Amino acid sequence: MLNSLFNRKSFKHGVRPQEFKELTNKLPIRRLPFASTLIVPLSQHAGKPSVPLVKPGQEVVRGQPIAAADGFLSVPQHAPATGRVESIQLMPSARGPKTQSLILHVYQASTQQELYENAHDIDTLSPDEIIQAVQEAGMVGLGGAAFPTHVKMKPPPEHEVDTLVANGCECEPYLTCDHRIMLEQPGNLIQGIRLVQRALGVERAVIGIEDNKIDAVRAIAEHLPNDAAISVEAVQTKYPQGAEKMLIRSLLGREVPPGQFPSAVGVSVFNVGTLAQIGELLPHGRGVIERVVTVSGPGVAKPGNYLVPVGTPIRFLLEFAGVTSNAHEVILGGPMMGMSVAALDVPVTKAMSGMVVFEQQNPDIERGPTMPCIRCGYCVDACPMHLNPSMLGLLAAAGDYPTMASDYHLNDCFECGSCSYVCPSNIPLVQYFRVAKSVNRDLAQKAT
Amino acid sequence: MLNILIAVGFMAVLGLVLATVLVIANRRLYVYEDPKIDLVEDMLPHANCGACGTAGCRVFAEKLVTGESQPGACTVNSAEMNQQIASFLGVELGSQEQRVARLACAGGNNVARRHGDYQGVESCRAASLVSGGGKGCVWGCLGLGDCERVCDFDAIFMDAHDLPQVINDKCTACGDCVDICPRDLFSLQPVSNKLWVACKNLEKGEAAEAECAVACNGCGRCALDAPGNLIAIDHHLAVIDYTKNALASRIAIERCPTGAIVWLEDGVQKGHDAFKIIRKEPLPLQ
Repeated sequence: MLNSLFNRKSFKHGVRPQEFKELTNKLPIRRLPFASTLIVPLSQHAGKPSVPLVKPGQEVVRGQPIAAADGFLSVPQHAPATGRVESIQLMPSARGPKTQSLILHVYQASTQQELYENAHDIDTLSPDEIIQAVQEAGMVGLGGAAFPTHVKMKPPPEHEVDTLVANGCECEPYLTCDHRIMLEQPGNLIQGIRLVQRALGVERAVIGIEDNKIDAVRAIAEHLPNDAAISVEAVQTKYPQGAEKMLIRSLLGREVPPGQFPSAVGVSVFNVGTLAQIGELLPHGRGVIERVVTVSGPGVAKPGNYLVPVGTPIRFLLEFAGVTSNAHEVILGGPMMGMSVAALDVPVTKAMSGMVVFEQQNPDIERGPTMPCIRCGYCVDACPMHLNPSMLGLLAAAGDYPTMASDYHLNDCFECGSCSYVCPSNIPLVQYFRVAKSVNRDLAQKAT
Repeated sequence: MLNILIAVGFMAVLGLVLATVLVIANRRLYVYEDPKIDLVEDMLPHANCGACGTAGCRVFAEKLVTGESQPGACTVNSAEMNQQIASFLGVELGSQEQRVARLACAGGNNVARRHGDYQGVESCRAASLVSGGGKGCVWGCLGLGDCERVCDFDAIFMDAHDLPQVINDKCTACGDCVDICPRDLFSLQPVSNKLWVACKNLEKGEAAEAECAVACNGCGRCALDAPGNLIAIDHHLAVIDYTKNALASRIAIERCPTGAIVWLEDGVQKGHDAFKIIRKEPLPLQ
């Protein structure tokens, strides 16, 4: 037993931030009431925005498709509640630019039963039919990437995928939604893994869970089928264990080449929340209309894991969770990679896993001013991609963005924030890198 | 003694051999370059700003000597120096209408709302990547001064309301501010384009005005009696067709209720009905 504790699989480098998961990891998933108005953005995924199927003034029932996918790199949207479409207009989004969104007025008197159903006999579906059904469900990566799931289920033909990895690491501090899903819906999770396994044609599936969630490992182990096609493994609790390239390294010892997808080493990685939703929705042919969101942090009175209809304004969610009067900053996602929001009118989208609220900053713990780099090399030891953040930071300060990409692998940085976290000089390295990537993208666009 | 003589002799012979090689190489590999290029380059400002459309002053000098370009295309050089180049080369001075960078936003912090307080790297681009930087208008100027920092000619300064102002006399239209602005608000315009829409907000009516008092709300009054389709409304935003610039007049600015359309002559001129900006302090965070 002791030996197994010390030999948990892991990757090299990374950091160990304080977890704060005890705030919510014992709290069961609770359903949130419906807000009076829901905002459903047409683009909640990476890829082309969906095309609205409804007109302003039209009544919709819960679960009905209200926007269709525009091509293969797109997913449809479904009505998260029974109500009336008020308008289709530009609304604020968490990323910044305003996006076209459907404004849905919710009928408060409605029972909000999910009447729309398009049942599949999931045992007879062919792989292509499963992929199509996943697209029709509007499924995107619920871990935060929002990449359309069905696209990941069709890897490039030159790559042969032999292993499916279910990512249950949830390495971000505060977040516990995947933890609760694994505890409460292991059956859905196994069902989802089975379906994706069939679609991909892979024999082997591994569920990777950080060892701070041993109860989830046990709960899933009880539900594992006897044919040993699916296994569950605890990995070391370390940030960013939940990054797919790190998890592949930890579980399988394979390294994804720079600039390539995991399918290049024969692996497909899916978030456990995504798989559980596939297992739950596909038999009924329903769409993604709600998701589990962890609301936590010192700025809320009632932290918890809430089942939230997609499109709920975060202001409503915050009020329900009892936001304290000196709440100061709201971060969507986890505190390491999440993004502060400028306006509380943005809606909960499919890929939003959590919301962390901080109070007015305490001067004792507030980060000090940015100081010059002292070449200590902490960031080099922290970077899980084995990049050189110190050098990248110096180049960014000099404004030499093209060299960062050409000579120092800027584009392999996935902005986990480990370097900024350990920097004793408080240099906002990741922010520099994001600026550099943005400038490089603009330059590349101008060049064409 | 003999050793020293041998060494000196050896070095002398080696030097001679290598010198011969160099002389031969110099003759064989000689590339003729017009000596005028160097002289013309000396008369150029050495700013390498690219405003003339070439990669730098050297390339521009080459083009001047071959006659592909005219001295007047350099807007940075003084008029006398350009005249000197023209008489030296015996070509026409040519003229280039002065172009300047113009900002398509007038939403300073006393008229445009902010919803969030951005704390982080002092750069517009960094701010725009954090949930849009907190400014209510997602098309508007973030006011953190990336353009001021990138300008090599000190032609841009941030005014009291965190809005960049271009000093026309100093601006060389090099385009650095156009490239750096994350909201794409700068463009290079001939100074004769006096009618200007200082807004990029694509929202309509109250939605636009809720975020900024001087936004173009797409009411279309300016377009209604604009001669010859000079002004059109595209996505609730007035767009001026500068190929018909000769038709432009101050009538359009008189139509604008918010003052989003301005006439740029001796400063910024607005119509009588335009929203009067009295407030001097930044609007509170909302």
